[in-house]
Amino acid sequence: MLMFANLTSALDFQSKALVLRAERQQILASNIANADTPGYAARSLDFKQAMTEALGNSAGAGSTTTTPGLALSVSTSNQRHISMSPGDSASTLGHSQALGYAVQTQPSLDGNSVDLDRERAAFTDNAIRYESTLRFINGQAKTILSAIQGQ
Amino acid sequence: MSMFSIFNVSGSAIGAQSQRLNVVASNLANADAVAGPDGKGYKGRQLMFETMPMGPDGTAGVRVTGVKESNEPLRKIHNPSHPAADAQGYVTQSNVNPVEEMVNMISASRSYQNNVEVMNTAKSLLLKTLQMGQ
Repeated sequence: MLMFANLTSALDFQSKALVLRAERQQILASNIANADTPGYAARSLDFKQAMTEALGNSAGAGSTTTTPGLALSVSTSNQRHISMSPGDSASTLGHSQALGYAVQTQPSLDGNSVDLDRERAAFTDNAIRYESTLRFINGQAKTILSAIQGQ
Repeated sequence: MSMFSIFNVSGSAIGAQSQRLNVVASNLANADAVAGPDGKGYKGRQLMFETMPMGPDGTAGVRVTGVKESNEPLRKIHNPSHPAADAQGYVTQSNVNPVEEMVNMISASRSYQNNVEVMNTAKSLLLKTLQMGQ
């Protein structure tokens, strides 16, 4: 069990990053969709903060783990039970501190705070980072696979 | 949910923007319309956009809450020879400003394009996610 955990711990880190990248992509898509909506306040995700929260939740892997958004806990009564990781919940940002509001760059009369140029740039940036995380995962999966097959 | 909700978010925005293009088209088509015998000319229409929450974590689409008619006065043009002219020789036309409508049209089509691009990016990312581990 421990050896397997050693094998997949790096994969676990990347998978958390991937989930957060997907969340950020969604938030940026919402901002771009609402670029013409009066009164819409642009959201932004502090990736560093979100990643720290995601990693902090997995650090305390005892007999019970709690998911931040749902406050549900899964207890393990047998040594062979596998504890559920917080990353399994559908939404990791339910009550997160990392999800804030973007700083307004050019005040507009209709109260909309979306800076379309910034959002487009962030969207492209995030897409590339998502893809690079995917490549890391693929590389590590190949490494594990070659270790298992011994070729 | 995963990135699949991007399609709902951008889809709602595309729907709203295409409805806006429809309204612009109808405004431009009626820009030179002359009021009938009842004196009621065409009034320019504008859409009202509203944010529509789509999930627990900041995901939000767009919804059209209604169509509003412009309150600007109808244009009156002095043209006594026109068959629709009133007793003083004035013809009542719509209150549509074609320049404003053209600007509106460009804005709507750019926003539409932006959201299509967002959907394409999300699609290619999801396709690459499907190939994970291969």
